[in-house]
Amino acid sequence: MAKSAKDESAKAPTGKAAPEDLLGFYERMLLIRRFEERAGQLYGMGLIGGFCHLYIGQEAVVVGMQAAIEQGDQVITAYRDHGHMLSCGMDPRGVMAELTGRIGGYSKGKGGSMHMFSREKDFFGGHGIVGAQVPIGTGLAFSNRYRENGRVCLTYFGDGAANQGQVYESFNMASLWKLPVVYVIENNQYAMGTAIARSSSETHLHRRGVSFNIPGEEVDGMDVETVLDAGRGAVAHAREGKGPIILEMMTYRYRGHSMSDPAKYRTREEVQDIREKRDPIDHLREKLIARKIATEADFKALDKKIKEQVARAVEFAQESPEPPAEELWRDVYRA
Amino acid sequence: MPTDILMPALSPTMEEGTISKWLVGEGDSVKAGDVIAEIETDKATMEMEAVDEGTLARILVPAGTENVKVNTPIATLTGEGETVPQRTNGGGTKAPPKRDDKPTPAPQQAAPAPQPAKVAADPDIPPGTEYVTITVREALREAMAEEMRRDDTVFLMGEEVAQYQGAYKISQGLLEEFGDRRVIDTPITEQGFAGLGVGAAFGGLRPIVEFMTFNFAMQAIDQIINSAGKTLYMSGGQMGCPIVFRGPNGAAARVAAQHSQNYASWYAHVPGLKVIAPYFASDAKGLLKAAIRDPNPVIFLENEICYGRSFPVPKLEDHVLPIGKARVVREGRHVTLVSFSITMGITLEAADALAGEGIEAEVIDLRTLRPLDTETVIESMKKTNRIVTIEEGWPVCGIASEIAAVVTEQAFDFLDAPPMRVTGKDVPMPYAANLEKLALPALDEVIAAAKAVCYR
Ligand SMILES: Cc1ncc(C[n+]2csc(CCOP(=O)(O)OP(=O)(O)O)c2C)c(N)n1
Ligand SMILES: [Mg+2]
Repeated sequence: MAKSAKDESAKAPTGKAAPEDLLGFYERMLLIRRFEERAGQLYGMGLIGGFCHLYIGQEAVVVGMQAAIEQGDQVITAYRDHGHMLSCGMDPRGVMAELTGRIGGYSKGKGGSMHMFSREKDFFGGHGIVGAQVPIGTGLAFSNRYRENGRVCLTYFGDGAANQGQVYESFNMASLWKLPVVYVIENNQYAMGTAIARSSSETHLHRRGVSFNIPGEEVDGMDVETVLDAGRGAVAHAREGKGPIILEMMTYRYRGHSMSDPAKYRTREEVQDIREKRDPIDHLREKLIARKIATEADFKALDKKIKEQVARAVEFAQESPEPPAEELWRDVYRA
Repeated sequence: MPTDILMPALSPTMEEGTISKWLVGEGDSVKAGDVIAEIETDKATMEMEAVDEGTLARILVPAGTENVKVNTPIATLTGEGETVPQRTNGGGTKAPPKRDDKPTPAPQQAAPAPQPAKVAADPDIPPGTEYVTITVREALREAMAEEMRRDDTVFLMGEEVAQYQGAYKISQGLLEEFGDRRVIDTPITEQGFAGLGVGAAFGGLRPIVEFMTFNFAMQAIDQIINSAGKTLYMSGGQMGCPIVFRGPNGAAARVAAQHSQNYASWYAHVPGLKVIAPYFASDAKGLLKAAIRDPNPVIFLENEICYGRSFPVPKLEDHVLPIGKARVVREGRHVTLVSFSITMGITLEAADALAGEGIEAEVIDLRTLRPLDTETVIESMKKTNRIVTIEEGWPVCGIASEIAAVVTEQAFDFLDAPPMRVTGKDVPMPYAANLEKLALPALDEVIAAAKAVCYR
């Protein structure tokens, strides 16, 4: 699986998505959307508890970025993580069962929505403390450079997290040591109830690397092709040993911050407007039709397939038993 | 097939809510994502979205109904071309229907906070004082508002405290009354604004720094301990730091390891800090006011689950309580039960249960953890000769460990049994509902420990 840095960069694809990939992107975005909608419903039924942060609206970001990396590259993010996990190829059943707190979940029910991991898929979580994943992602990149394994780490964080001090401590080290990390800022305009202009003296977050000599780019995060294009360029930059790079993904979350957010800080019209005009899934669907890549019949078939896949995940998540009492004491230390 | 729309859970701690308003009527067609109703939860008024497409055939629970339990059917949705089978409740559409597969729980009163049979009056409150019943949330808000009215140097700063009205609605209305000079939304930058608060205190202000929860104060703990806690000493007494760091501490509900930690013993360890952790609303108010006036840095530990609990609070012009005094909330002669914050609930319940078995427990609410009122604890233990301390935090180096050490050192001869501890389990908090329950101290554990020290 591990290849030399040279092999990787020689093969690294750049440029636009191939037409045959686009339908796959559509399918993955739809899976995330339907999965999240069901998760929201299960929360309402009391089957999921605690915090549950839905990713609906932001699907193009993770799907496009995932297509820009290769097997063995790492991904790390915060608590709004279901989409990242599904993109990484983690099993929807295991993710949903973690949400319901069952033994079949990725963390045996002990982590919940915010804390899932997969060594196999190189997904490093799933972190609840705003900003804390940024130095950790930088450390994964450090291990890549140290071991010269040619891998790149995608480190995701939000517009709100962009104000945490440890983000800048990370930027400095990453640039100083030319670490292979791509910082993907998911600028969905709000941190909980705070619109970005109320919290940030520089709202163009891709410029936040300037004083560390880190290049940055603003990207339309609602368009999966644009994301992929920018992602490929950034990943190549990091893999070639040129150091970190920032991609500021302009995106939007449709739902409340978590399930208990009354969302009084923005109007319904604002949300509705973006849903109608910029929805990443509808947008791609129109393109696929216009370019004659897919037909209505194809979409119908996909809808059905995804519906069944999500239904299987829900069924598994309800049937998987609760963790046994002994699990309380396991995994505190490794023997 | 017609589907029932169920009363949704709209927050981690919501068990029931009020349907404030229906935004669609019977016969209206709805799409997934349409807002169909406004629901008042324990925290806020939330919009309820439809999750399916169809026609809203019946409204089963009318607007204005209070205490509707989560998962109660509140409306019926039919798909294309479907009709609702006639309900046999006299044609009325308002009453919740009877279902045989899953009986609908009748709407009932919200469970009040576990109240002991008798809570002794606070000797610091003048006898004959009138009381009003308010929530802990309201008590905290009143304390801040009263102190801000009194003293212009007092201001509140934190994430979502102003425009959003507080993540847990403690600061609701304060922006409106005091304006954005004194009620300040910060970026998510805990170490930054905690340190800034320390500087503001050095500069002559009295900051109240709210942490959305104390889990996030770990980002700022260096400023709290090194800068706020030690500067008076390091400056040979020149530099005071009058600041309050407050917010919810400990486990909420199902929010897992990184969001469910109890910091009581962490801060109580530090000379230079004062640490307060009230349970009752009266203490929340009286001690927060005292904390704001105190010339030292005060860590004020609240509890999210307790915010909505109601207790009597004295109707006084200026209700300020002394920091550093524990309170005997129930008298007894067989065993002393010591606790603070949320575990006061199970401690008082345990005292009730023990009374039924002939064991009279004396219950002490520590209220302040630093300075610790060891005198009140020892005095009680000398009378009962047995002591159990109950806390939510981890057992190692906890408040209960400190109590055990103090009574052993200072009153060993009075002990008829080794002091016992009932604590949270020595593991990070799991997410799964069954494991979370096991991780937290439980009523039966308190009862068992009390009996054990009584050799019963
Ligand atoms: C250190 C810390 N402070 C506060 C919080 C509470 N909190 C959780 S998410 C959040 C907003 C973060 O917004 P952003 O980074 O924009 O990410 P988004 O939720 O929009 O994906 C806050 C304040 C936290 N989890 N950790
Ligand atoms: Mg955001």
